[in-house]
Amino acid sequence: MSAATDTNLIVRFVRTVGQSALFFLSLLRHVIPALARPRLVVHQIYNAGARSLIVIMLSGFFVGAVLGLQGFDLLQRFGSEEALGVAAALGLLKELSPVVTALLFAGRAGTSLTSEIGLMRATEQLQAMEVMAVDPMRYVAAPRFIGGIVAMPLLAAVFSIVGLYGAQLVGVQLMGVDPGSFWSQMQSAVELNDVTEGVIKSLVFGVACSLIAVFEGYHATPTAEGVGLATTRTVVASSVLTLLLDLMMTATFL
Amino acid sequence: MQRPAAAGSLGPDNDIIVDVRDVHYAVNARPIFNGISLTVRRGRITAIMGPSGTGKSTLLRLITAQIQPDRGSIVVWGNDLSTLKPGEIYGMRKRMGMLFQQGALLTDLNVFENVAFPLREHTKLPEPVIRALVLTKLHAVGLRGAAELMPAELSGGMARRVALARAIVMDPDVLIYDEPFVGLDPISMGVILRLIRSMNEGLGITSIVVSHDVQELSTIAHDSYLLSGGRVVAAGTPQELAASTSGEVRQFMTGSDDGPVPFHYPAPDYAQQLFGDSRGGRR
Repeated sequence: MSAATDTNLIVRFVRTVGQSALFFLSLLRHVIPALARPRLVVHQIYNAGARSLIVIMLSGFFVGAVLGLQGFDLLQRFGSEEALGVAAALGLLKELSPVVTALLFAGRAGTSLTSEIGLMRATEQLQAMEVMAVDPMRYVAAPRFIGGIVAMPLLAAVFSIVGLYGAQLVGVQLMGVDPGSFWSQMQSAVELNDVTEGVIKSLVFGVACSLIAVFEGYHATPTAEGVGLATTRTVVASSVLTLLLDLMMTATFL
Repeated sequence: MQRPAAAGSLGPDNDIIVDVRDVHYAVNARPIFNGISLTVRRGRITAIMGPSGTGKSTLLRLITAQIQPDRGSIVVWGNDLSTLKPGEIYGMRKRMGMLFQQGALLTDLNVFENVAFPLREHTKLPEPVIRALVLTKLHAVGLRGAAELMPAELSGGMARRVALARAIVMDPDVLIYDEPFVGLDPISMGVILRLIRSMNEGLGITSIVVSHDVQELSTIAHDSYLLSGGRVVAAGTPQELAASTSGEVRQFMTGSDDGPVPFHYPAPDYAQQLFGDSRGGRR
């Protein structure tokens, strides 16, 4: 790759980062006015949250069950299978729920947000709003952004609950770990801090993933190809940013 | 409904609603307008015609202050658009209605809610009043019976009529039509033509119609402008344009395929390109 293309790439990257930062500030300015129309916000929470429930619950169950199997195998070597409850709970609450939920959110809700807003631009709906003196940032972008931020921690909580059930099903019912020690060890070892860490992570991921999805849709080239590319960028950027932020936050919390 | 007071002082030319003065505009260094000037007068239907790609829709975006000119000024109701604050621009837009090429209906709302949208956003009218206003406007475009349909269930012509109902629901002073006839069958086209005329005659709405359908426009327009190559090449009544002797105007008005505007996009020599490389190749 030549030096010129390198510089081009860097310039484009810096420009996109700057653009998204400005877009983020503008979104924040529109959050309060958007809350004045709670119906729109509730509808978007339903769109991003309730409609992602099935995929989140299914994945939560599978991840929890795998955690039960792997955890049992590992702990058995040290003769401490009873600690399976603690291992599953900490793994899910602090790490797996927020991260996997964010990745699934990017694929399910993020793509639908991007393509919806992108198609609204392609079919002149956003311009029509502008001409009708309705700010699309307030009517379209901000409610979807808020919806994503509210939905993410709720989805992560559901993921944790279903995941724990999955781990319990495998560990206790299948592998024969004592149910009493599974639950009581979990209860005594998991602290409020662990729960808070997961909630903060999922809130941050909610902001990042919703911002990327709305930004990409809002700035998509108004063609079929443009909307397709924007949707792809949403998934890629959200996933990478989620994992990067996770690393940074985990390092901070430890 | 309280109508916003006309802003700005209106001098002796208070007939002029939109005054475009020597506007230059370029996209990515490609010039769209090189000093375009035109005026739209109160209560008249002004046609803006020109071949595809001459920036007719861009002109509408300039007039509605969605974009700013590089040079020159656009004065609407006596206000220079470049001096208006965002709030004032939104105030000005509330007095305008615009019909987009494909209707641009909001796809997640049904027909009734689409027409009610500006009312719900800008007024605090009670529900029965909104209902009555929306049904009146839908009746005016003949689609009162389609109130419950979703935009995806409408034909192109119906969608455009719903969009027209939405454009007039705030009782605007100016109505802007962006290519209102594109892709319509003759019946729908006739309906839209009649609606444009009746909006103008019955409600006294000043209309700006951008289109390349010369024949249709000639029957309703009071003033017309012909754009080409980023400037106004002819202006006057449709009859004056039809009688013009200028080559550019004649070509456009009669629809001949070659003239000052060439039929062919610039290309290398035809024979050279067809036979140049393969001549003497396969026998």
